[in-house]
Amino acid sequence: MASVNTTAPEAVVVRFAGDSGDGMQLTGGQFTLSTALAGNDLATFPDFPAEIRAPQGTLFGVSAFQINFGSTAIETAGDAPDVLVAMNPAALKVNLAALKPGGLIIADTGEFTKRNLDKAKYDTNPLEDGSLAKWDVLAFDISALTMESVKPFGLGNKEALRCKNMWTLGLALWMFDRPRDPIHQWLKGKFAKAPELAEANIAALDAGHAYGETAEISGPLKQVHVDPVASEPGLYRTITGAESISLGLVAGAQLAKLPMFFGGYPITPASAILHHLARLKEFDVQTFQAEDEIAAICSAIGASYAGQLGVTSSSGPGIALKGEAMGLAIMTELPLVIVNSQRGGPSTGLPTKTEQSDLYQAVYGRNGDAPMPVIAARSPADAFECAIEACRIAVQYMTPVMLLTDGYIANAAEPWKVPDPASYKPFPVTFLTEKNDGENLLPYARDEKGARPWIKPGTPGLMHRIGGIEKAQGTGHIDYSPANHQAMTDARKAKIDNIDVPDQDVCLGNTTGKLVLVGWGSTYGPIHQAVRRARKKGLDVSHVHVRNVWPLPKNLGPLLKGFDNVLVPEMNTGQFKTVLRDQYLVDAQPLTKTSGQPFAIAEIEAAIAKFFDGVPGNEGGEVEVNETQLPSPEAINP
Amino acid sequence: MNDMTPVTTTLKDWETDQEVRWCPGCGDYAILKAVQRTLPQLNADPAKTVFVSGIGCSSRFPYYVESYGFHTIHGRAPAFVTGIKLANPELDVWMVTGDGDGMSIGGNHTMHILRRNLDVQILLFNNEIYGLTKGQYSPTSRVGTKSPSTPAGSVDRPAQPCAFALGSGARFVARGFDVSKNLPDVLKAAHAHKGAAFVEIFQNCIVYNKDVFNDFAAPKGAEDQQLWLEDGQPMLFAKGTKGLARDVDHMTLKVVDVVDGDWEAAGVMVHDTKNRALAHMLVELPFGPFPMALGVLYDDPRPAYDAVVAEDLAKAREGKSPDLAALLAKGQTWTVDGTAQDPV
Repeated sequence: MASVNTTAPEAVVVRFAGDSGDGMQLTGGQFTLSTALAGNDLATFPDFPAEIRAPQGTLFGVSAFQINFGSTAIETAGDAPDVLVAMNPAALKVNLAALKPGGLIIADTGEFTKRNLDKAKYDTNPLEDGSLAKWDVLAFDISALTMESVKPFGLGNKEALRCKNMWTLGLALWMFDRPRDPIHQWLKGKFAKAPELAEANIAALDAGHAYGETAEISGPLKQVHVDPVASEPGLYRTITGAESISLGLVAGAQLAKLPMFFGGYPITPASAILHHLARLKEFDVQTFQAEDEIAAICSAIGASYAGQLGVTSSSGPGIALKGEAMGLAIMTELPLVIVNSQRGGPSTGLPTKTEQSDLYQAVYGRNGDAPMPVIAARSPADAFECAIEACRIAVQYMTPVMLLTDGYIANAAEPWKVPDPASYKPFPVTFLTEKNDGENLLPYARDEKGARPWIKPGTPGLMHRIGGIEKAQGTGHIDYSPANHQAMTDARKAKIDNIDVPDQDVCLGNTTGKLVLVGWGSTYGPIHQAVRRARKKGLDVSHVHVRNVWPLPKNLGPLLKGFDNVLVPEMNTGQFKTVLRDQYLVDAQPLTKTSGQPFAIAEIEAAIAKFFDGVPGNEGGEVEVNETQLPSPEAINP
Repeated sequence: MNDMTPVTTTLKDWETDQEVRWCPGCGDYAILKAVQRTLPQLNADPAKTVFVSGIGCSSRFPYYVESYGFHTIHGRAPAFVTGIKLANPELDVWMVTGDGDGMSIGGNHTMHILRRNLDVQILLFNNEIYGLTKGQYSPTSRVGTKSPSTPAGSVDRPAQPCAFALGSGARFVARGFDVSKNLPDVLKAAHAHKGAAFVEIFQNCIVYNKDVFNDFAAPKGAEDQQLWLEDGQPMLFAKGTKGLARDVDHMTLKVVDVVDGDWEAAGVMVHDTKNRALAHMLVELPFGPFPMALGVLYDDPRPAYDAVVAEDLAKAREGKSPDLAALLAKGQTWTVDGTAQDPV
């Protein structure tokens, strides 16, 4: 911090951390909004415990919200924070390791009591014992300052202390030269029914801001101005992945000219999609909270059978429960969109932490030969496009489609250039209304895409029966015969294999070279930044990011073969790496992380550096881009 | 059921070209015929009729009815039915399930479709055995049932489908059996009920659990063990020589003799299909000391779930013209016009 206050930094990472009852997510959310309004690009990372109200002051009850904002493109929530706001000792302890050396700690001394220090398992007060010497520390009694600022409103002790987060937000707004007015407006709206609480919170916010402005502090607390980012002209808003998927599904259903039926069951972190869609009834959306995950998908399949666009959503454990029903949708060839907001697993795993470990489940996780398209969103904004694409494939190919996101994308926010719905090409559905083979109805006839007709019950003269038992080609009658099962298995596979997925592009770098990093899903940001930095150093490394996980783009195999080495960073133990090896016989190497936290840019940068370190004569990680220098294959597998 | 334009059909119109694959002599044949005989009497339209089933012998049913049909997965038919009805409440949906499908693997869904009161006719074929998997005991098998999985006889207590249905909040509970001539009347009553209509149909599995219902369902000689209930009529059986009366001391029912047809003197109760307390007693009556209570045990409609949802959706959409562009741009927005923007 101290080093960045004289000139405008490109980017700053701030982490707000406190007790889960301290309102850190709210503070972060409002700071995000004011940052977006100030024209910075940004990315956020909310990190909260699975417990709703964990015991106060405990290490496992710490809730944090990180935001990375800057004047250049921001693609991750940032590696190490520049500023850590620690509302109590537990928050300090849990988050300190992440803080940049020389970074700034803002701590509320009012909460560093003996009792709270004990709960955080500190033997001595870290603010006083010199253990924080690597960092700048700004410790003052935020609790008392907040109490003082809200005195005129006659709140009880507990209520008064609740305003602490707004006091802190006020200070942060001052530090980064952010407007207070949007927060004032928001508070007035939020506490419309209790104006005294609105006033108290505003007073706390203003007091925090004034503290920064007027306090006679020498040292670390200085105002920092981050220039706005140069963005494409247009209308912007912030969006989380859950919002963006919900809106993308609404847009997709509209482009298909279908009402949407969403069957869901509460599960973290997927529930947010159910919540968003439940408010959009006027957009021909119907949400149904089913009795369990199985009923959620089955009701959605039922709705698709009846002629609507069935959608269901869950996270790993719920997706596992839905597996059998996915098989039925594959067998009966009905459209369906399944959103999987992945979280740490197996089993209940880490409900509020992120992971990409459901890739096998998505691509392979069903009984029988059950091919199903899989699309992975790379960011909150990208999830909108992916949701539309999932709807298109589902209705055009009469198939269930899985859309993969993860806990990080679902909760994280980023600025989003609001798209114009008219710019998307509609893909209206045509239902079969009369017999398609002279006097006969063939419910399993196939069009040029390999898709069967969609026939709504209620259509006169087209009565027929479908189900999970193997179907005869054409008629759809029960047929167990060997030749028919072979033909139908082949037809189901061919239909999915031949889906028109766009060709794979290289999002950064060249189409051939020494090393390519192949990612999918939410690792986009850290991979992209790491590759960008490595390329600035002159390293011959490129970034390919795959959206269509299944079927893979037709040109992906040849593209990967144009690189000497393939490194696959992913938040699992190497699942996509295995798929790539299987599909292309390429020597893809894994770079894995399963800590429940997104990759840091530095981690990927280090892996790239290590790879090039293995190249003779290039210790230190920097190489001339020279065709004759070939790294040893072992170098990329640390 | 639904208000549909009456369509004239015959039994033949409801037969498909598919070969029926139940074992010869299976009770399912009789139920299929009863349904195919009933549908023309309801003026049902095959194009608007949907039969949905789970897995098991009973669940092959949709293949044999010339309407729309969906043979789904084990135990989950209620969830598919819910999606179908919510997507298109105009459809007339019949759900066919069994004691394993509906009471075991799908018990959860059976509970919730009844609780929500979706407008559907639910036919639970109860043969007290797993037939399609070759004869294991089922959740409705009586204690002591010997089967491949219980060679020494089962020890767990059976579930009672009608008691389960009523406990789950069903507003229509009825009983019949496969070869009963009254079955079409029971089906008609179920169809007339708006909301979830639960019908337990005792069905003879002649291969794995033959004749277990003979005490009251044998083709001949068991009539005296059948109590056919009718709304507003005295609860009489055994050709009017016996009836059910209140047992006030025990807050339950008792069997009384009726002399010379004077049922009033004997204290026989008049059946009231809207009396939920009575329904609770009827579904729990132990067979043996009591006859088998058949017909419509309970019928007291409440608004159907799909109708309430449709109303709710209509209300939410009333007077609103959905504008996707406006929705996308909702919330706090900012405009970037040049290469960079000044902070607000």
